[in-house]
Amino acid sequence: MRSDKNRLRRSRLYIPGNKPSLMYNAWLYKADCLILDLEDAVAPSEKDAARILVKYAIKNLDWGNSELIVRVNPLYTDFGREDIRVIAPMAPNVILIPKCESARDVSAVEELVTDYARRQGVYEEIYLMPLIETAKGVLNAYEIASASPNICAITFGAEDFTKDMGISRTREGKETFIARSIVAMAAKAARVQALDTVFSDINDIEGLVESAKEAKLLGFDGKGLIHPSQIEPVHKVFTPTEEEIEYAGKVVAAYEAAKSEGKGVVALGSKMIDKPVVDRAIHTIECAKQLGLIKEEEE
Amino acid sequence: MEYRKNAVGRLIPKEIEGRKLVPFKGAFAYRKRGHKASPPISYSEPGEKKLCKSLKDAILAAGLKDGMTISFHHHLRNGDGVVNMVLDTIADMGIKGLTLAPSALFPVHSPVIEHIKNGVVRNIQGSMNGPVGEFVSYGGLPTTAILRSHGGRVRAIEDGTLHIDVAFIAASSADEHGNLNGVYGKSQFGPLAYAMADAMYADKSIAITDTLLPYPNLPISIPAIYVDYVVVVDSIGDPSGIVSGTTRITRSPTRLLIAKYAAQFIRESGLLKDGFSFQTGAGGISLAITKFLGEIMEKEGIKGSFINGGVTRFAVELFHKGIVHSLFDGQVFDTESIDSFRDDTRHSETSMSQYANIHSKGCLVNRQDVGFLGATEVDTNFNVNVNTHSDGMLLHGIGGHPDVAAGAKLSMIVIPSFRNRIPVIRESVTTVTAPGETIDVVVTERGIAINPRRDDLIERMKGSSLPIKPIEELKDEVENICGKPAPPRLKDRIIALIEYRDGTYIDVVREVER
Repeated sequence: MRSDKNRLRRSRLYIPGNKPSLMYNAWLYKADCLILDLEDAVAPSEKDAARILVKYAIKNLDWGNSELIVRVNPLYTDFGREDIRVIAPMAPNVILIPKCESARDVSAVEELVTDYARRQGVYEEIYLMPLIETAKGVLNAYEIASASPNICAITFGAEDFTKDMGISRTREGKETFIARSIVAMAAKAARVQALDTVFSDINDIEGLVESAKEAKLLGFDGKGLIHPSQIEPVHKVFTPTEEEIEYAGKVVAAYEAAKSEGKGVVALGSKMIDKPVVDRAIHTIECAKQLGLIKEEEE
Repeated sequence: MEYRKNAVGRLIPKEIEGRKLVPFKGAFAYRKRGHKASPPISYSEPGEKKLCKSLKDAILAAGLKDGMTISFHHHLRNGDGVVNMVLDTIADMGIKGLTLAPSALFPVHSPVIEHIKNGVVRNIQGSMNGPVGEFVSYGGLPTTAILRSHGGRVRAIEDGTLHIDVAFIAASSADEHGNLNGVYGKSQFGPLAYAMADAMYADKSIAITDTLLPYPNLPISIPAIYVDYVVVVDSIGDPSGIVSGTTRITRSPTRLLIAKYAAQFIRESGLLKDGFSFQTGAGGISLAITKFLGEIMEKEGIKGSFINGGVTRFAVELFHKGIVHSLFDGQVFDTESIDSFRDDTRHSETSMSQYANIHSKGCLVNRQDVGFLGATEVDTNFNVNVNTHSDGMLLHGIGGHPDVAAGAKLSMIVIPSFRNRIPVIRESVTTVTAPGETIDVVVTERGIAINPRRDDLIERMKGSSLPIKPIEELKDEVENICGKPAPPRLKDRIIALIEYRDGTYIDVVREVER
């Protein structure tokens, strides 16, 4: 299945690239995105095996409606270039670029992806998703987010970020608050999606929900996950509620009406509606449509 | 050997070892007439002494001889010490050629294999889980074993098909007069449901306990009127193998998905309303469904009637919250459930006859809305195998499976579509344990198949968001992943018979080639 740059990415479930038994059933849990991981989940001695497994899994397994992302190794390692050589021609929907620190890191990967794909006659769209997980990366977030039109989202990685900062990670995540805010802001400024870090305690569903709510508040569009049981709670947070959809519908209708009447000012009841509110409403309606929460005739 | 084809297309010998076999005719097609068997008349006299000095004394007093049939219950499961202890004693006494009729055997009973080899045990009529089953599969038993469901076993005892000469009944507490229960003492296990028919119909009953309490030992699960002798031993078993401290819900995402689908299916089936009843067990998927159903019922204020178990703390929790009115209990799996069983009168002990006997005036399985059951294989005719693996090995007992399947308004098989590269949904099962006509729905992670016989259900579920599809489609999907395994390599010799709950024969199990 080909993807869409603006599709929903509420949940991204990581699957270790050397665990085929987890791949067969991965699509059944209906995560928005599945990440086949060649990087941190795979020990150096297993990198070869994982690369080959992922190569064939992309083509041969059923992935349902989930977007398929492959996390390759960074180019400064022994594995990064080979990962891209093998994986790009398989045309996964997205390549996740780990430890991304600059626009240069993005373009280096992009050139290789395009080059290796074209050599095999593959011209399908492959989006890029830089993973920002160092202090330098955070400070260059906007530069990274706007480095290529093929970037669909930027994402934040708290585990490596805290390591880089020499601080420890907490359940509440105060220590990453500013970094996450910057990443979310940079994404919005560059008009790409912002995706929050992984929540790694699979037993703490309550903590996961709180973390997802906070992420949504900061402007993130989704969270990273390590277990299928985390999907449903996160989807609930990032799925527009009935009230939100209803309100968004009214806003859009008011906007359309104002436009057709040639009015510059949009009003809903006695309230004036600003352009960003309209944009957000359009986004909400778009989400709801993707999720089948509104039928075409109700538009 | 002369064979006849039964109603599920399996070939059943006309006769085996002098036993005439009636082939399975359909779940409710065969009606046996006549009267039930009866135990010999006993005399109760003032001053009677039942307490024996040793197990050997009790066995001598009971008059156990070569070729007789002895029985056991499996409430102590894989913690049981009684079967091995009794067989060792019998072997020392030089008695041979016995038929062993346990309600079930577990891996802890692997010493039975030695007693088969040394001639003490000649036949087994009962469920075999694990090593004994494997030994029998390779042709280790000199005769043909018979496997029965819980309801089928009690039916066979009551109608005389399975005559027990001496019943050995482990009790966690007993008094010297033979009043027994499983809720006091150091090796508690809950109800004594599996042993009730044994006690009532055996020629002689020997109670074995490690906790002798003063008369009267209350509550009474099996009363002294059915007990001939009482023996006190150091230990009847290992408590850690009897009950798990805490039963746990599955963590497998695949299994949780199956449970979620099953709960949603039940809800959409229209059965989930006030008065709802279901059967649960201790399996991971089953526990998850129990929990999910409980959550729906609590949220929507649905008041259930009863849970029939296999009781676990999850069922007990729903009971104590008032989400279900009562618990019917044939066996318990954890300590919380034993406490509830002992302390609450609406947590009621259910004999196997009351639970599932087709030769009764009304059994519990017929009152159940839903039963969710496991399987090793299911085929496109909805026939279910719970006994053998696809390599032909007889590794599991039947449990109450065919009883619940036949009785419940909605019988669901809840299983992953494949396990370790072995397809579970197949063209034809290795062994038929429960006939497809009694199975309504198969729920897997890849889709849900409704039996075409249930066109009412198919109609009702139209428009559901659940992945409902024909079972053939499910089978094809699984075969695309796993391929078709080669058929098992079997010899001609029949090593076991699968008896249906009504006493007819639904399938045979053949010896596996090494």
